[in-house]
Amino acid sequence: MLKKLALSAALVLSAMGMSHAEEGGHTEDVAFSFEGPFGKYDPVQLQRGLKVYTEVCSSCHGLKFVPIRTLADPGGPGYTEDEVRAYAAANVEVYDPELDDTRPAKPSDLFPPSSLETAPDLSLMAKARKGFEGPNGLLINPLFKGIGGPEHIYSILTGFTGEEKEVAGTTFYENEAFPGGWISMAPPLFGDDVEFDDGTPATLEQEAEDVAAFLMWTAEPKMHARKKAGFIAVLMLTILSVLLYLTNKKLWYPIKHRGKQANL
Amino acid sequence: MSGIPHDHYEPKTGFEKWLHERLPIVALAYDTLMIPTPKNLNWWWIWGIVLAFCLVLQIVTGVILVMHYVPHVDLAFASVEHIMRNVNGGHMLRYVHANGASLFFFAVYIHIFRGLFYGSYKAPREVTWIIGMLIYLAMMATGFLGYVLPWGQMSFWGATVITGLFGAIPFIGDALQTWLLGGPAVDQAALNRFFSLHYLLPFVIAALVAVHIWAFHTTGNNNPAGVEVRRGSKEEAARDTLPFWPYFVIKDLFALAVILTLFFAVVGFMPNFLGEPDNYIEANPLATPAHIVPEWYFLPFYAILRAFTADVWVVQAASFLTGGIVDAKFFGVIAMFGAIIVMALVPWLDTSKVKSGTYRPMFKWWFRLLVIDFIVLMWAGSQPPEGIAPTLSLIGAGYWFAYFLIILPILGVVEKPKPLPKTIEDDFVAHYPDAAE
Repeated sequence: MLKKLALSAALVLSAMGMSHAEEGGHTEDVAFSFEGPFGKYDPVQLQRGLKVYTEVCSSCHGLKFVPIRTLADPGGPGYTEDEVRAYAAANVEVYDPELDDTRPAKPSDLFPPSSLETAPDLSLMAKARKGFEGPNGLLINPLFKGIGGPEHIYSILTGFTGEEKEVAGTTFYENEAFPGGWISMAPPLFGDDVEFDDGTPATLEQEAEDVAAFLMWTAEPKMHARKKAGFIAVLMLTILSVLLYLTNKKLWYPIKHRGKQANL
Repeated sequence: MSGIPHDHYEPKTGFEKWLHERLPIVALAYDTLMIPTPKNLNWWWIWGIVLAFCLVLQIVTGVILVMHYVPHVDLAFASVEHIMRNVNGGHMLRYVHANGASLFFFAVYIHIFRGLFYGSYKAPREVTWIIGMLIYLAMMATGFLGYVLPWGQMSFWGATVITGLFGAIPFIGDALQTWLLGGPAVDQAALNRFFSLHYLLPFVIAALVAVHIWAFHTTGNNNPAGVEVRRGSKEEAARDTLPFWPYFVIKDLFALAVILTLFFAVVGFMPNFLGEPDNYIEANPLATPAHIVPEWYFLPFYAILRAFTADVWVVQAASFLTGGIVDAKFFGVIAMFGAIIVMALVPWLDTSKVKSGTYRPMFKWWFRLLVIDFIVLMWAGSQPPEGIAPTLSLIGAGYWFAYFLIILPILGVVEKPKPLPKTIEDDFVAHYPDAAE
């Protein structure tokens, strides 16, 4: 047991050292529409992102925490319920334990999990990665630029250099944004991988930005509701603060001016 | 309430008299609310109310979250996502609860450092201080246990590292760690008991808070001048004090409203700023995160834990003297708990008769250095153990112990304090000349 602990401690320590040496994957700062206290998702962008996800990412990755019906929720891609039903039936196959087989998805289903074992689920990816750190652990960059999850995704998708190498039977691809520089995911996007319904040219940068925005929505589907609640709370509490300030001032005035009043 | 003389509750109506003879509960509430409070309290004295509010906030949001949370290794992470996506207002509940823990610790650190500067721990308030330290320990335990529940990567690996601290205790460590976890590693048994204890401890804290308040209502509040309220007569006491209601209730509520404004700005606009992104990855016992860090409020003590590596001479001396029983890891554990124990013992380590730091010209600077030390340790704890961080951790840990064990005992002897105001009334008038009668 002691040996095991010592070993795990050593592993943790060496992993800590390693991570630091390998950090510094470059993250592009993308100006997303949902940044800042009042930023909102652009529904059309989320629809484009869903298309990239459906036609490219979903062949390996999953979204196992995301109910398909939420595509019609307020503050999302803004589909109608009928459109969601049609989308699910046409594009998503889910495993049904009762049939012991796959069937076309219904809005009440969750998106399926990753079909490739080594491909991580993408539901929370935009919150599970940080793009901006420091400087020197001081949290100043994340304060002004945001934590940078979607920017990290964008940078990974656009950061392939074209170099590859094989280590122990696995191919790694050089990527400027990936910590360590070598990622096992093959470049998934090249430009013109999908045809956008709104006619937007499907450049690599456009596709990457749209799917990053879409994945921010899957990670944080209630962002609009949250910002609204935060805004109302701040507004009400500011008013309450002012009222309490004035109450307090008036309450204490005779105490702080007792002598003067007595002399008048 | 004994202590400062003041008007007590007198039952007036028939019903009040009837109830008072059977259960003097109205008298208890009245005397608690109307307690004479030193009128010179400054804005550093508002954090107690913030803390009481935090405790209620955490219990209320926590109880609702529990209605939707599933303490099972395969379902816990998904149940948190269920709360975030499907439960009405669930995302706000969880973000308020998670950031509420941060506000709780932010407030408690200011509250503790307030006590350290104004000598609130000195006679006759040693018991209040000790109870406060117990509350702080219970808070740390609750915070740690709660962080494990979402069953993310940092939950799992944080639990593994922290319970490993108990494993570092010589001879009984392994058995103790296994007993704490209910098995050889962090797994279902650990998650279940952590959940149970995370629900229990806040109520223990609530009971301790009641005793904490009882204790300082017996001695009366300390105050920025550090001189005691005159207790010769009701009239004399009334010149130094004001009733808690309405004067301090309104003042504290104003401060609370301002702090909550900032709090809800964080919850609404940057709820994940203080969190670790790795905790949005479901726990995986086979994949160690690159950099295991505790939540920010544990960082100063985490830095002290890591400061004492095998190449530090005190560690080598301890190892040599104990025949190797005390190794670097165990030494770190002793140092971390020791750092809190020396703080708990400060009423007997500080030899100065003067309470308030305002009148202690030398103490003031050492205290400021302690605050900087705390912040530097916090930063060092967040960094990987390389570069300048280990050195700063060691210097920081050294100063922390030196402050309590060497500087405070000596200062009381060598320092010449400035003259104190004679009464609280004098101190108040010095700030508000118009208040002089």
